[in-house]
Amino acid sequence: MSKQQTSEFATKSEKSSTGVMDPDSVDLQDLSTMARDHQEVKEQQKSRLSEFDLETLLDLYHQMLLIRRFEEKSAEAYSMGKIGGFCHLYIGQEAVGVGAISAIRKDDYVLTSYREHGQAIAKGMSPESIMAELFGKAGGCSRGKGGSMHMFDTSVNFLGGHAIVGGQIPLATGVAFATKYLGTDQVTLCFFGEAAVNQGAFHESLNLAQLWKVPCIYICENNQYGMGTSVQRAMSFHEISQKACAYELASEFVDGMDVLAVREATQRAVERARKDYLPTLLEVRTYRFMGHSMSDPGNYRTRAEIEKYQERDPIKLFAASLREEGVVDENTFQEIEARVKDEVERAVRFAEESPAPDAEELYTDVYANPIEPKS
Amino acid sequence: MAVITMREALNQALREELQRDDKVFLMGEEVAAYQGAYKVTKGLLEEFGEKRVLDTPITELGFAGLGVGAAMVGLRPIVEFMTFNFSILATDQIINSAAKMLYMSGGQYKIPIVFRGPGGSAFQVSSQHSQALESWFAYFPGLKVVMPSSPADAKGLLKSSIRDDDPVIFIEQERMYGNKGEVPDDEDFTIPLGVAEVKREGTDATIVARSLMVPVALKAAEQLEKSGVSCEVIDPRTIRPLDINAIVKSVKKTNRLVVAEESHPFCGVGAEISTQVMERAFDFLDAPVKRVSGADVPMPYAKNLEELAIPTVDQIVAAVREVSYID
Repeated sequence: MSKQQTSEFATKSEKSSTGVMDPDSVDLQDLSTMARDHQEVKEQQKSRLSEFDLETLLDLYHQMLLIRRFEEKSAEAYSMGKIGGFCHLYIGQEAVGVGAISAIRKDDYVLTSYREHGQAIAKGMSPESIMAELFGKAGGCSRGKGGSMHMFDTSVNFLGGHAIVGGQIPLATGVAFATKYLGTDQVTLCFFGEAAVNQGAFHESLNLAQLWKVPCIYICENNQYGMGTSVQRAMSFHEISQKACAYELASEFVDGMDVLAVREATQRAVERARKDYLPTLLEVRTYRFMGHSMSDPGNYRTRAEIEKYQERDPIKLFAASLREEGVVDENTFQEIEARVKDEVERAVRFAEESPAPDAEELYTDVYANPIEPKS
Repeated sequence: MAVITMREALNQALREELQRDDKVFLMGEEVAAYQGAYKVTKGLLEEFGEKRVLDTPITELGFAGLGVGAAMVGLRPIVEFMTFNFSILATDQIINSAAKMLYMSGGQYKIPIVFRGPGGSAFQVSSQHSQALESWFAYFPGLKVVMPSSPADAKGLLKSSIRDDDPVIFIEQERMYGNKGEVPDDEDFTIPLGVAEVKREGTDATIVARSLMVPVALKAAEQLEKSGVSCEVIDPRTIRPLDINAIVKSVKKTNRLVVAEESHPFCGVGAEISTQVMERAFDFLDAPVKRVSGADVPMPYAKNLEELAIPTVDQIVAAVREVSYID
């Protein structure tokens, strides 16, 4: 990753749209490198399209677009007060969740952080149950008791939704341990941000995973900012994929704006896990276009940086590849857009109409085996 | 009935539950090849193999979380902390994952895990190795906390804890591992969680004691008997959920309550029992509830200082006399 200090678009004196610029922040890539990468990535993507059947390509596109529109709708609902608490949006990172999850089976497991709506949709949870959960209603996947950060669905093997940074990493290691113990060839995907890599839980988990050989795929979504702290300000050594060598664990660095690249890297890791019970660390470089959460004004990044990354929007990139190769025509794009609009509207309607949880729900599910006091 | 040590009783419980259910497995530091730091897991590796009895690295947060994850998808882990002092490293996974998973998932993912190991004082192992953490864990809805005081209780309660579908914090006491007691021979002998036991019946004062303090309270009761004070000694056995009704029933009979515990007094289990008895049986109390707790200091190393930090028979006797307005 280049650390060039200046570019035509961002100088130390430039302010972000909200005012203050982090004096320590460094423009992450210079303009020409980003443009070249974008072209290069697109050409690579286009050259590989023929390896996929049309249904798969359309499905990948549809899922990413659904997540995008769902998240945009969530932002709107949050601003209207229909969603409370924290709301961490996946906008810009869609290719990571969709690409990775497209490489696994329905019976494989997924765990992630609080920035989970995208992975939840990609794993097959209904937008209705997710939106209702965001609205805190009884029809939500967690019956309104989890919220944005704690979505779960046993029917599609989506295991949350964890709000302590890195908390999901030992859990995922245990899930993978269990599938091996039980003798199946299931694998587990564990998503987390680059800031989680600094937590002890990450290191403890990777050590155990390689030592005990568990089929867990650790996917680090490096969106380059942990809330307001850039990765340069948080890490002494930034090459996250290389940290795997401390555990003799296989790793790859992946361009997270290319859904096909993410899918392929994940497939390689899945193969390794299913056959040999070997874990992998994927460092997937991506970017979030909105703030850390709906409460984040985003003073630590420049408008220019965000705009440049938006040129590498994974959905726009994929659409351009599909369009330029003549794989998908305008009508189909419009159909998908219309379908997605409908899906999101249905989700909101379901959420609006779902009732609030009964007062009794306050006390249910504290214990699986509640013990009644003896008189 | 066999007479065996608490260590042997725990070992039997582990063996029987490992035999009974393939999903049960055990992990912790030195539990396998070393035969257990305190020999509680002796022989288990030989009988059940490496797949089911695992030596972990020193990685409490990692292996506790691994256990919780495994429990989410159908396994029934028994996670040993060499001592509960080390569980502090794992608290994020115990509290933020294990205790909350069922609730925040709307009832979808239960966590049938047991975290077990010795807690409280040992012999001159100093401040970081002598902590009694039961009130810490009992604070959290979603956890169950169990503390046996006899070999029979240890075996019966551990079997029930392993069969329970919730996360159980099972706190043993190193000083008691060698204590002997009668244990039923029945292979399926279990003791239900949430049920206290009257260890000694009496009429003049109730002493509630747990873990290490139970034998101490019983000795105090014997001594008091000689001067005509008949004490009822109750061991809650499960701290959360607390069998408060058993304690209240006793207080309604005796009208006086002493709580004996080796833990610190502040925000301790004794404080909780005291408050609950006041709430439910205030009119039956003829004196304020008296707590005999461990000294409110980190545990010192020097032998004489450590002895001063842990409640004695004499202190419990004095407390009973105080609430009885004798002297």
